[in-house]
Amino acid sequence: MIVRGTDRVIVMGITGKQGTFWTERMQAYGTRIVGGTHPAKAGTMHCGVPVFATAGEAMKGAAFDLAILFIPPLMVKEAAMDAIEAGAKSLVVLTEHIPVHDVMYFVAAADERGVPILGPNTAGAVTPGECFAGFMPAFNERIFKKGSIGVVSRSGSLGTLLCLDIVQAGYGESAFLGIGGDPIIGTTTRDALIALDKFPGTEAVVMVGEIGGSMEEEAAEYAKTMTKPVIAYIAGGAAPQGKKMGHAGAIVTGNKGSYASKRSALEAAGVTVLDTPSDAGTALKARLPRPVRS
Amino acid sequence: MNFEEHAAKPLLAKYGIAVPRGALAKTPDEAAQRAKEIGAVVVKAQVPTGKRGKAGGIKPAATPDEAKDRAKTILGMEIAGHKVEEVLIEEQMPIARELYAAVLNDPDSKGPLVMFSTEGGMDIEEIAVKTPDKIRRKAVDIRHGFAQSDAKALVSGLGLGAAESKLCSALAALYGAYAAYDAELLEVNPLIVTRDDRVVALDCKFVMDDSAIIRHRDVADTGTPDSLTELEAMAKTVGLKYIELDGNVGVLANGAGLTMTTMDVVRHYGGRPANFLEIGGESYTKAKPALELLLSKPGIRSLVINFCGAFARTDVMTQGVIEAIEALKPKLPIFFSVSGTGEEEAIRLLKERLGVTPLATMDEASKAAVDAARGAQR
Repeated sequence: MIVRGTDRVIVMGITGKQGTFWTERMQAYGTRIVGGTHPAKAGTMHCGVPVFATAGEAMKGAAFDLAILFIPPLMVKEAAMDAIEAGAKSLVVLTEHIPVHDVMYFVAAADERGVPILGPNTAGAVTPGECFAGFMPAFNERIFKKGSIGVVSRSGSLGTLLCLDIVQAGYGESAFLGIGGDPIIGTTTRDALIALDKFPGTEAVVMVGEIGGSMEEEAAEYAKTMTKPVIAYIAGGAAPQGKKMGHAGAIVTGNKGSYASKRSALEAAGVTVLDTPSDAGTALKARLPRPVRS
Repeated sequence: MNFEEHAAKPLLAKYGIAVPRGALAKTPDEAAQRAKEIGAVVVKAQVPTGKRGKAGGIKPAATPDEAKDRAKTILGMEIAGHKVEEVLIEEQMPIARELYAAVLNDPDSKGPLVMFSTEGGMDIEEIAVKTPDKIRRKAVDIRHGFAQSDAKALVSGLGLGAAESKLCSALAALYGAYAAYDAELLEVNPLIVTRDDRVVALDCKFVMDDSAIIRHRDVADTGTPDSLTELEAMAKTVGLKYIELDGNVGVLANGAGLTMTTMDVVRHYGGRPANFLEIGGESYTKAKPALELLLSKPGIRSLVINFCGAFARTDVMTQGVIEAIEALKPKLPIFFSVSGTGEEEAIRLLKERLGVTPLATMDEASKAAVDAARGAQR
């Protein structure tokens, strides 16, 4: 699920305001956009690429690897199934507030075919110096610089902040994976951690989690087996119980999903857990011999 | 969205699960009247929370007079912070066995999970501690659903006797209702077997996925809206997610993760956040109403505004904040930290219109806000 400059990408919902804004930025950064979809605008050109009615049509007219969905919540299930059935190799689903039953449906279909999904409710992925998929400020050099730190984050805004801290500390990122803030998502923290661990050029991983669910605990199990250092920040330590903190997935009920449970699981796995995001630089310096930039 | 028992049970009945006869009452006299129509009844507090029985909110009544007395006690009670305003008057059932059944969205298997136990009546957490081996689970592929044959496999060997086939129908129907109403959780506890081998849902907990309410408008009308403070309700009308807390440092950030983090950092430096309020995602254009909300909370001493733009453009958010500040001219100290998409323009706007330079990091901005709130208190 790490996006590469060689990946051929379609943008579903390319003609909308956000679809257009971010397609132009992705193109400028180096993402290889080969087409887009809009059911009523097939046959036209937009952002310099052909528009198709469906992903199925797009696959015939402009073969693609990755589909990025800028699609309204209630239409995502159909669009995602279209992309999966068309033979997409991976999907980035940016939309928030998709009914969870719809998410479970297309995630099951994708899992069956071995198609990784980033999201839903993700800001996307960035591979600095190559390309990005979604709506991340990849082009901002204070935030994204080619380097050796892999980053996985449930939140786009908080992931961006950690990247800023990483670059300020003299490092850069090998790849950033936004996995999304919904309770049920395709790629989990653990999946992302494995992908980053195996991604060439990664020397350490920064994991940005949140209260709610048990993904950080699962990721801790894998972190135990890693030789590369892992540094984590978990948001929501000050959040009250039983309230959804904006992300539908960020809710603590009883002890399940609590800050304390995640922190102790990660620390037991040898992960450095930060008190505040601005400690990221110090923690990286402590765990890595020297800042590595390529 | 939560549904109280009286609103959830008709949905089960619609899918073919037997429920006791019952009716709502708002006064003791109404309770007596309902009992007269039904016979021996149970008087049940209607509040959107569990553990009603332990709190004394569920009592049997053999006669209408007794029902009236019970209702008098229960109406007006407070259970887990909810005032009881209605009671459900329901026929008593001849219970032979109490079972547990539920279907829920399971993040671990990324699909629906059907749960069943022969040890009904207790909380599932309690069952899980006392008799973990008596909980059966089946992860379902939502594309294929959960049929009676799946139910049969799930409950086989549990010694359910003559009620087994009815129970399997009930479990399949429960899944049907879960799927039809976009449930996050649909739980029947206890699901009883009567002495004459009927299978009846004695209680029901139903939580609908908030993102799916839009396709169940009619049903959602019978749900219980979240109890909101005045400010929280105001926020909802302008499409903002605002949670009021008891601190004095106002927090505004974009994105749920960053907002939670700003709250955490305020706490880390010894302050108390006054709220959760995020303007991320599509709501990044709502900075102006958001700031107006923040400022109208009584007792607020300082503000930290922390923007880190990805999708949300910091220039657009900053513009909104400046408009609100120019209109309301707040006296309290405000500290900014701005980075990400649109930062050059945002920083320029802050300097030009407010004469303010953002602090270098969110830690500095949060710490400054905490210190200012302390100073203001002295």
